[in-house]
Amino acid sequence: MQNIACASIEIIDKAGKTHIVCSGAWTIESLGALSGQFEHFHPTHELIWDLGAITAIDTAGVALWQNINESFQKQGYNPTIIHAKEEYIHLYNLLYSSPSNALTPPPLPSRLYRIGKAAYETYSGILAFIAFLGEAFILLFHTLRHPHLIRYRSIGAHILETGAKALPIIAISAFLIGVVVAYQSVVQLQKFGADIFIVDTIGISLTRELAPLITAIVVAGRSGSAFTAQIGTMKMTQEIDAMKTMGFDPFIFLVWPRVIALMIVMPLLIFFADMIGIFGGMVIAATQSHLSFSEFTHRLQGALALKHYLIGIIKGPFFAFLIAFVGTHRGFQVSMNTESIGQYTTKSVVNAIFLVIACDALFSVLLTELKL
Amino acid sequence: MSSTLIRVENVTTAFGNNIVHDHVSCTVRHNEIYALLGGSGSGKSTLMREMILLEHPNSGTIEIFGHDLSTITPQEAFELRRSWGVLFQSGALYSSLTVGENIALLYKEYTTLSPNLIDELIRLKINLVGLPPHAAFLYPSELSGGMIKRAALARALALDPKLLFLDEPTSGLDPLSARQFDELILQLRDLLGLTVVMVTHDLDTIHHIVDRFVLLGDKKAIAEGTVEEVLNVDHPIVDYFFQKGSYGITR
Repeated sequence: MQNIACASIEIIDKAGKTHIVCSGAWTIESLGALSGQFEHFHPTHELIWDLGAITAIDTAGVALWQNINESFQKQGYNPTIIHAKEEYIHLYNLLYSSPSNALTPPPLPSRLYRIGKAAYETYSGILAFIAFLGEAFILLFHTLRHPHLIRYRSIGAHILETGAKALPIIAISAFLIGVVVAYQSVVQLQKFGADIFIVDTIGISLTRELAPLITAIVVAGRSGSAFTAQIGTMKMTQEIDAMKTMGFDPFIFLVWPRVIALMIVMPLLIFFADMIGIFGGMVIAATQSHLSFSEFTHRLQGALALKHYLIGIIKGPFFAFLIAFVGTHRGFQVSMNTESIGQYTTKSVVNAIFLVIACDALFSVLLTELKL
Repeated sequence: MSSTLIRVENVTTAFGNNIVHDHVSCTVRHNEIYALLGGSGSGKSTLMREMILLEHPNSGTIEIFGHDLSTITPQEAFELRRSWGVLFQSGALYSSLTVGENIALLYKEYTTLSPNLIDELIRLKINLVGLPPHAAFLYPSELSGGMIKRAALARALALDPKLLFLDEPTSGLDPLSARQFDELILQLRDLLGLTVVMVTHDLDTIHHIVDRFVLLGDKKAIAEGTVEEVLNVDHPIVDYFFQKGSYGITR
């Protein structure tokens, strides 16, 4: 490739006129040095553009020339142009033939407007979620009257995906929670010589509160986000529209199989987390306060009333319901750009975890008031 | 010949057992509008993807600006990528950026131009491709199909490339917009000295603005040249494409 001379400008005063001699290649690669050069130039004489020495010009070059020329015109000069090649004029005409409209960004709305908008969006978001639930239940009753519409295979597939495949991560999380609770309790209880109460602490706190909560959080992160991403992708590729036109209702085909699968799976996962969590506690009790496994289990039978365990399990379907509905609902909100899928997946997980914790708090207050 | 810009020689491509190109050759000359024509699945888009370094042929050579794409260094590849613009079939605008930001991105990354001049250039390019000025502030999801094509063309033209690749530029446009788009490409070729390589099905485009083209079919390059030259080739796929005898060209 030949060596390209950079764009340059020389100013020559000749016979009472200022010649602006342009030379070199006025192309995008070589314009950088030139763009600031005319900010402090104030002409005093009649101006003449001499374009004869320009070797090449592209749209960026024309735009720069136009910028400089306009600044002269604003100062009351009307430069004449000499030695301009015909192709430059053609290019100029192509770019500036239609009336120029300045690029003005739309004005930013006021702060008050933005607060109002955000509040209204939150309000309409809640309404939309309620409407989503309502539509889902209408279709649930419809399917219950026409049981052949129930998607058993789909439910089975989701049970495998959200339940069986979640076992390893839930095992690790629950085991560690058991270890943590046992460890902290042992230290405190040993001060009072009440080591044996470690069994009560672990048994009750895990089965009643911690195992359901940790399971729900893992499931929200794992399956809630997957629901949003799956349905969001289908929305973007217009698969949902295709389903609707074929008469396959998205609620029957996509929402309820996920919700029902998760509601079936969640209590089982909580039971699994109970077992592993208590085992984690047993390991720590054995190593830290020399409480053997058999002593631990013997004590557990007396300490852990059935109601604690049942309360923990009962929470499962409620948490599952919230996670699955938030996940699928957010999926349907995805719009036609790639960023929104990430946005709504994040929202889905955050909302699901918040709702799970709020629901857990409600249970806690309610059941305590009921003396359970 | 010195005016050869792209030289494709004996390119063979296969995806698994499915052979797409079987020793395909063609040449694109400087400053011409060249089309890759062929039925669905004839490998014309694949051939273009190989030219723009998105895919690699199994054997054969592709040379662009004298660089052999199979032995190109990363630095040369980078320079090559800067010297062409690509218009993808679905636009492929970055959906998280407005149209203006889509264009500005290239200026900000690759030039030292002042922000003022960048704004001016965005305005020019948007005007050039026939978009209204406020389109600069719209996101791709807010544009219609035709506007997306135009915005994507504006982005492809941002750095004043010498070589422009267009993947089905007129598909999805109404006939009038398609002709306007053709006219625009013709003007740009004449004024900016562009070489244009396009994948197209549009026979009107072939007749109106394309200088030379290659017809792909049966895994081979069946014919190459101007419309007249190709029509002289006796091959069922040529007959099929130009509907010889029924209506149209050979009245």
